Amino acid sequence: MTQQRVRFYQIGSYAAGNRLLDPDQGSVQADAQRTNSLNSGHRACQGCGEALGARYALDAVMRATGNQMVAVNATGCLEVFSTPYPETAWQVPWLHSLFGNAPAVATGVAAALKAKGRTGVRVVGQGGDGGTVDIGLACLSGMFERNDDVLYICYDNGGYMNTGVQRSGATPHAAATTTTPAVGPEPGNNFGQGKSLPLIAMAHRIPYVATATVADLRDLEYKAKRAMEFRGARYLHVLVPCPLGWRTASNQTIQIARLATETGIFPVFEAEDGEVVGVSKIRRRRPVSDYLEPQGRYAHLFGAAPREDVIARIQAEADRNVRSFGLVDPRCRSMEG
Amino acid sequence: MSEASKHGPLPFAITLDVGSSLANKTGSWRTEVPAYVDRLPPCNDACPAGENIQQWLHHAEEAGYEAAWRQIMADNPFPAIMGRVCYRPCETACNRATLDEAVGINSVERFLGDEAIKQGWTVPVEAEPTGKQVLVVGAGPSGLAVAYHLTLLGHQVTVRDSCPEAGGMMRYGIPAYRLPRDVVDAEVQRIVDLGVRLELGTTVTDLEVALSSFDAVFLAVGAHVGRRADIPAGDSAHILDAVSVLAGLEEGEQPLLGRRVAVYGGGNTALDVARTARRLGATDAVVVYRRTRDRMPAHDLEVKEALEEGIRMRWLSTIAYAGAGQIKIEKMKLDETGFPQPTGEFEELAADSVVLALGQLSDLTLVENLEDVTIADGVVQVGKDLMTGHPGLFAGGDMVPSDRTVTVAIGHGKKAARSIDAWLRGTADERAARHELATYDRLNTWYYADAPATVRPRLDLARRITTFDEVTGGLDASTALFEARRCLSCGNCLECDNCFSVCPDNAVIKLGQGRYEIDLDFCKGCGLCAAECPSGAIEMFPERL
Ligand SMILES: Cc1cc2nc3c(=O)[nH]c(=O)nc-3n(C[C@H](O)[C@H](O)[C@H](O)COP(=O)(O)OP(=O)(O)OC[C@H]3O[C@@H](n4cnc5c(N)ncnc54)[C@H](O)[C@@H]3O)c2cc1C
Ligand SMILES: Cc1ncc(C[n+]2csc(CCOP(=O)(O)OP(=O)(O)O)c2C)c(N)n1
Ligand code: SF4
Ligand code: SF4
Ligand code: SF4
Ligand SMILES: [Mg+2]
Repeated sequence: MTQQRVRFYQIGSYAAGNRLLDPDQGSVQADAQRTNSLNSGHRACQGCGEALGARYALDAVMRATGNQMVAVNATGCLEVFSTPYPETAWQVPWLHSLFGNAPAVATGVAAALKAKGRTGVRVVGQGGDGGTVDIGLACLSGMFERNDDVLYICYDNGGYMNTGVQRSGATPHAAATTTTPAVGPEPGNNFGQGKSLPLIAMAHRIPYVATATVADLRDLEYKAKRAMEFRGARYLHVLVPCPLGWRTASNQTIQIARLATETGIFPVFEAEDGEVVGVSKIRRRRPVSDYLEPQGRYAHLFGAAPREDVIARIQAEADRNVRSFGLVDPRCRSMEG
Repeated sequence: MSEASKHGPLPFAITLDVGSSLANKTGSWRTEVPAYVDRLPPCNDACPAGENIQQWLHHAEEAGYEAAWRQIMADNPFPAIMGRVCYRPCETACNRATLDEAVGINSVERFLGDEAIKQGWTVPVEAEPTGKQVLVVGAGPSGLAVAYHLTLLGHQVTVRDSCPEAGGMMRYGIPAYRLPRDVVDAEVQRIVDLGVRLELGTTVTDLEVALSSFDAVFLAVGAHVGRRADIPAGDSAHILDAVSVLAGLEEGEQPLLGRRVAVYGGGNTALDVARTARRLGATDAVVVYRRTRDRMPAHDLEVKEALEEGIRMRWLSTIAYAGAGQIKIEKMKLDETGFPQPTGEFEELAADSVVLALGQLSDLTLVENLEDVTIADGVVQVGKDLMTGHPGLFAGGDMVPSDRTVTVAIGHGKKAARSIDAWLRGTADERAARHELATYDRLNTWYYADAPATVRPRLDLARRITTFDEVTGGLDASTALFEARRCLSCGNCLECDNCFSVCPDNAVIKLGQGRYEIDLDFCKGCGLCAAECPSGAIEMFPERL
């Protein structure tokens, strides 16, 4: 199972650390000696989920590999806010090439390391949802299909945030972006087929696929560590709320990610060789409106003329996630509020 | 922004050395700034004895039982007694009650108190003797508490009490099945051993003399006179009052209650005397009360326990006449203001005795002749510092206006000790301003694991109604630890490292030993640390621009 057992230590296992636990039972982030892969002084917005998620994930990989890691970054916020020439916020070996080719570059780095006999050094490719589910998909699918020894991490903020919040293949239904404005009878992003990259990755039957969010640090760290226990292609999809694009308060980044999982909007699970092996159960199930309402990108669904019909469609999508991933423990409390 | 090129005429894009983002002080973006704060936990706020509950739970959570006990002792010298008879306003206020169930503060307190007795822990007197003499009249909780605190402050205290044993109502009122006497003995003796002069069997009658031979006097005579009611009664009716019955029992008398006992009143004393009657062999103990259960001043738990023990309740009833072996009850109904009104319907009830439990009055003859002492509503009026109108004469506990509980009496003792100390030294007793309350809405309860409260063991019913053995059992080391760890640490950092972890800008510095600091060079003021702090120990303040 991907979740921690409940320990009867004051705040149980949900916080980053705990004065009553041995330090080695705390999270990587709770360690004063953590790598801080992405250091202070970067230019991400206040409360950026992507900056947070990237540090969480790479620090965990650094710990898991004994600091033997190279990161390859696609173009996107994470690259732009971290490395304005000639500064860098990265405290790990880090490479940038283009928007759409990070998986291929990562494959190349892994191949080069192998040629040099340095297979102890592990490779991580990373990028935003645009770079991953849209322009980088061909390279990524190839990387999966060849089972190259790379962990690829997608930081999903549901749009092309770096260039001004345009729609991507990962933008959720009904969300307003600059290219899917809240106008007309079907405001915001249209209800298309959807594009779940975790499921696409699983269809490649690669050794390890997992999803995570910045709201559950322990789970994210566990998955980054678990991924490093495999060789071959691995994929980690991390939900990282974006205060700018989602139009949320900067202090709500983690709470919004938490609501995404507690509503069933974003299923958190892990899969091995194409089969789901673990699911994070919803702890306190909430209706999707709790997740949608605080976000400015869904403001058009609320207010004077609320779009109950659209909210119901989104609720139906969440209900389907709950069903198909088994997100609710039958003994769990029913939906509140 | 960065170093100048050390190289020759190269293209711009490779002329600069790699620099660190640390050159970019993002702290300048900030419009709000986080700060670590300490808020007043609601439990502490509600404790009449002013205990720093959260702090002692904090020690107990790491099994630091002695440190936890010492923290209680700073405010309250009776942890083992508190853990048995306190009405637990702290638990009523506890934020965890909103989440699932209140922290069993009282049961942990009892565990600590019992542990101290078992281990023989004591408190040292560290203050230099001041040479000041203080007289305390009454060895109840209030008088003993004041003696304890004043002794620790270096004063010489003499406590006088009419009774042969110290403890006041803790010994002569509260029944032993709720408060075993060896517990009272142990906690009283610990105070006496500090150097308090205890003069028992000594009734103080002349305050003028006392005031001239002591530097200050504290009165804590309690409220021991049972309130009477004018019940028409036949010559052979057997009418007693509850406090005398309970006190008599303590002095070894066997009160002649008979097998059928009617207790008149609806407070805790009524239940205590009914449950006592049951233990003394009454087959039928009936509590007659003129209102309904929900209006009863007695605590719900006590009512529940009494019912379990077979006590019968006659709600909406008054005693109209008491005869031999028989009483006449009039049924009442509540009017629209909730006041009971007679209905004219009567009923006979078999009763060998009637015990009146209609509240207690203070015997204030001691102060009647002091002109500058004001008595109103049957109690002595005091200032905020608990001083009466007479300089150097202080009073507390049941004899002054307040709730009549052991805990309030102990709180008065602490407060009066501070005032008396200030009075003796000729200084002002200055108290630090109270911190803002750590309300539930300031917590981020997501981080707390679900953990139901620990239930205290109870004596089986058969032994409850035949003996005076203690009804409620204590926790053991493991359950006490579990219970202590249920505390949410409201309004005070619990060292969870969340703030250090959730900052997207690494702007929280972990200093170790439970200390953190905001790095103002890089904090952008996003507020995530404050939002994700479980205990509400971080607050955002507007940045001065
Ligand atoms: C039956 C009963 C049960 C109770 N149960 C609880 C409970 O469960 N929890 C709770 O919190 N509270 C309870 N209370 C209330 C609580 O006992 C009192 O509020 C508390 O004891 C008051 O403390 P005190 O120090 O003011 O006075 P007391 O405890 O009444 O002590 C006063 C002392 O002064 C002495 N004294 C009086 N006059 C003189 C004099 N002239 N010279 C010398 N000595 C004198 C008396 O002998 C007595 O020992 C109960 C009360 C009763 C009657
Ligand atoms: C081939 C190419 N097309 C367009 C761009 C411009 N561009 C840079 S970042 C970006 C969007 C990045 O979106 P995403 O990958 O989701 O990352 P985010 O900024 O949201 O983190 C775009 C369109 C580019 N750099 N290269
Ligand atoms: S949870 Fe702890 S700090 Fe908060 S009110 Fe309860 S006992 Fe006090
Ligand atoms: S999380 Fe970091 S940047 Fe945000 S307010 Fe707290 S210290 Fe400042
Ligand atoms: S987040 Fe945790 S470590 Fe930080 S102030 Fe709050 S309780 Fe303390
Ligand atoms: Mg994106």
